[in-house]
Amino acid sequence: MRVARWTRTSKLFTGGTAAVAVALACVPLVFESDLVQKLTTLLILVLLAAMWNALAGYGGLLSVGQQAFIGIGAYGTVFFADHGVTPYLAMVLATLLAGAISLPISLFALRLRAAQFAIGMWVIAEVMSIIVRLDQNLGAGTGISLIQMNQYEPNFRQAYTFWLALAFTVIFLVALFLLLRSPLGASLQAIRDDEDAARSLGVRVAARKRLLFVLAGFGCGAAGVLVVANTLFIEPGSVFSVQWSAYMIFMVLVGGLGTFEGPIIGAILLFAIQTTFTQGGPWYLVGLGATAALFALALPRGLWGTVEERLGLRLLPVGYRVVEAKGEERAA
Amino acid sequence: MTLLNAALQGVFLGAFYAVLACGLSIMFGVMRIINLAHGDIAVFGAYVVFVIVEHTGVSAFVAFAAALPVMVVLGYLLQLTVLERSLKSGILTPLLATFGLSIVIQNLLQLTFSPDVRSLGGSAGALTTASWQVTGGLSVSALGIVVLVVAVLVFGALQLFLSRTRFGWMMRATAEDADAAELVGINSRHVYASATALAVATAALGGFFLAIRSVFDPVSGPTQLIFAFEAVVIGGMGSLWGTLLGGIALGVAQTLGAQVHPQFSVMAGHLLFLVVLIARYGGGRIALRVAR
Amino acid sequence: MTLLKVDALDCRYGLLQAVRRVSFEVEAGETVALIGANGAGKTTLLRAIAGVHRPNGGRVELDGVDITTLPAHRRVGLGIALVPEGRRLFPSLTVEENLRVAASPRRPGRWNVRSVLDVFPMLQQRRRTPAASLSGGEQQAVAIGRALMSNPRLLLLDEVSLGLAPIVVDAVYRSLAGILSEGATVLLVEQDLTRALRVAGRVICMLEGRVVLEGAAAALDRDHVVSAYFGLRKPA
Repeated sequence: MRVARWTRTSKLFTGGTAAVAVALACVPLVFESDLVQKLTTLLILVLLAAMWNALAGYGGLLSVGQQAFIGIGAYGTVFFADHGVTPYLAMVLATLLAGAISLPISLFALRLRAAQFAIGMWVIAEVMSIIVRLDQNLGAGTGISLIQMNQYEPNFRQAYTFWLALAFTVIFLVALFLLLRSPLGASLQAIRDDEDAARSLGVRVAARKRLLFVLAGFGCGAAGVLVVANTLFIEPGSVFSVQWSAYMIFMVLVGGLGTFEGPIIGAILLFAIQTTFTQGGPWYLVGLGATAALFALALPRGLWGTVEERLGLRLLPVGYRVVEAKGEERAA
Repeated sequence: MTLLNAALQGVFLGAFYAVLACGLSIMFGVMRIINLAHGDIAVFGAYVVFVIVEHTGVSAFVAFAAALPVMVVLGYLLQLTVLERSLKSGILTPLLATFGLSIVIQNLLQLTFSPDVRSLGGSAGALTTASWQVTGGLSVSALGIVVLVVAVLVFGALQLFLSRTRFGWMMRATAEDADAAELVGINSRHVYASATALAVATAALGGFFLAIRSVFDPVSGPTQLIFAFEAVVIGGMGSLWGTLLGGIALGVAQTLGAQVHPQFSVMAGHLLFLVVLIARYGGGRIALRVAR
Repeated sequence: MTLLKVDALDCRYGLLQAVRRVSFEVEAGETVALIGANGAGKTTLLRAIAGVHRPNGGRVELDGVDITTLPAHRRVGLGIALVPEGRRLFPSLTVEENLRVAASPRRPGRWNVRSVLDVFPMLQQRRRTPAASLSGGEQQAVAIGRALMSNPRLLLLDEVSLGLAPIVVDAVYRSLAGILSEGATVLLVEQDLTRALRVAGRVICMLEGRVVLEGAAAALDRDHVVSAYFGLRKPA
């Protein structure tokens, strides 16, 4: 009997994923800028879903306020660009800013229990929204454009933005993947399954949760950066909106809370729904809300989680498998 | 004197917040869940009153009296259908399910009524406009007094209910130990559903007050939820009178904040909330003792 | 006449089987002691009879009526009352409120607040004291009194001596003796073998979820019981 990490399926799939990433990099060279913008939106959703899942699925932290970091990323970009930093560098700086701000917040936020943490984060997002609204230099309540992007020709701009989005998504997904495969990852799994038991075994619960929180701070900040890069105009009402949390919750619950592949599937699903129901408005939001609630109550493992459980399948090697002598396998 | 007057207005505003927060506090006290759809339920209640007023022309107060039993039944059913299931699955599930519910309610309201902002101030008669100037720059509005008195009565009635009546004891018993409660013949499902019905009824009252003192639209819910939650936390989670005091503290913080800068009022409330949250629940070693 | 019948009852906690195909009967007016080491399944069995643990197989019958799927609060109405392990009083409610909150299924009988306080006179002074402030012995008295308030036909007692000083346990059992002598039907779990054999007419011994010994207390050899308790002999 031995403990294995890679199976033939997961080797194939990981190789396939890498190929997909390379293929995606070629997208701006092949397709029109409209499609490229849409795909950028898809990547933003994937990134947000992965980050929210990192918090809730792996850390047990349900935040209804990640839009705080989305807003910091977006407005941070505008701020740096307005102060003379070249746009794409401003974007990197804004991402770092979002991550940096998440650290002091984590010092008190992580001690809060579930409901207080959830709504506490929401209030923090509201506070930031109000601060921005008071600042004329950031467009106050009416919003502001990232005019510095006009220096680029539209097609190139869309391509650079797409590549930045792809880079961010790959970086954060790989970071999360490595995190989960490390000894840290196993302890995160333990925390999720039974926090008190994990703590009694010496797992430093607080430090690990902080790591996830800060990672999500960076990631959501990156998403905010991409939002302003992709749409060029932001206003506090939309970029700090709790609607983002609604999307993240939907993607992760439907895709599969606590699985690696689930949020990606959830993001693709939301993207498909959004592009199909562009006229949707309230009806499609009713559907989203009802579906998220239904999944929470009836299918807590989400689509992918249920598939994974039924088939004993794991496409990306984040878990362990006990391999019996006779070649019989049982998923861990 | 303007400062004192602002504080007084803050008390009236705070009484309104306390009524909004009451139901949230009840559900947390009995079932340990925070209903993220609470604000939307309050707004839904406002719309029910609105519909009755539009169709029958009665005063808003009469319409509320008619709307109340409807809301009570809906609250009871809400527990039996949605919330009961979420109780069994773990801490995150009720938050996720009620968040989804919140979105559903907001958007169903948006589809049924337009996104237009509405108010029921006109249908409440002279009450909404009457006010008196008391000594030295203090202004007391009739509506403010009514809301304050109703708030104190509601909280007082609830306190009496919980401490003096058998059903109140049953509710406290179920809150403390649902398992042992079942063993002594208490139907815990019925108790939970009744608690939710009570919470929804007070939420409807809060929504009614929102409608007559101010304006509302389909997406007003989340704002009311945040204020209600802030009131509960400031006053101390698990304490009923604390919620009343917390609401008043929030109201006063907001009105005093407005004295600093008109756009600062809501922010002042948020800051008070965050300070209390950190001091009471977030500080680890330096946290103040949490009142039970 | 048979008041309680348990038939091939199976109880599980997740993957752990706590009660395995347990069958026995209790006649009206009997006092039966359920003994066994920790983890033998005694508490789970009582909880399944009381209705707070859903069995995975088998039946529970009260006076011929199948109550296997009936929720706990309904069983109280039919006449079953469990004094749970660890007392489980409602901490913020006073002694009197703890008693009165349990009187809701209005069954006819002689138990009410006054008669309970008569049987446990030390509680008279503590009537308005919150349960959390009571001593262990007082809490046990309230817990028993609370179960009596529904005038049960079948009284289930889970480890009333747990965590109490021997002298206090003596007092509790003295009060119990009065109740038992009135002809109540009692199924009690008791760690102390001597006490169990003294107070019960019949003894059922459990080990790892199964019944390994059953018989009249007076007729059983103490050594025989001890070896069954620890599983030193194969069940007959």
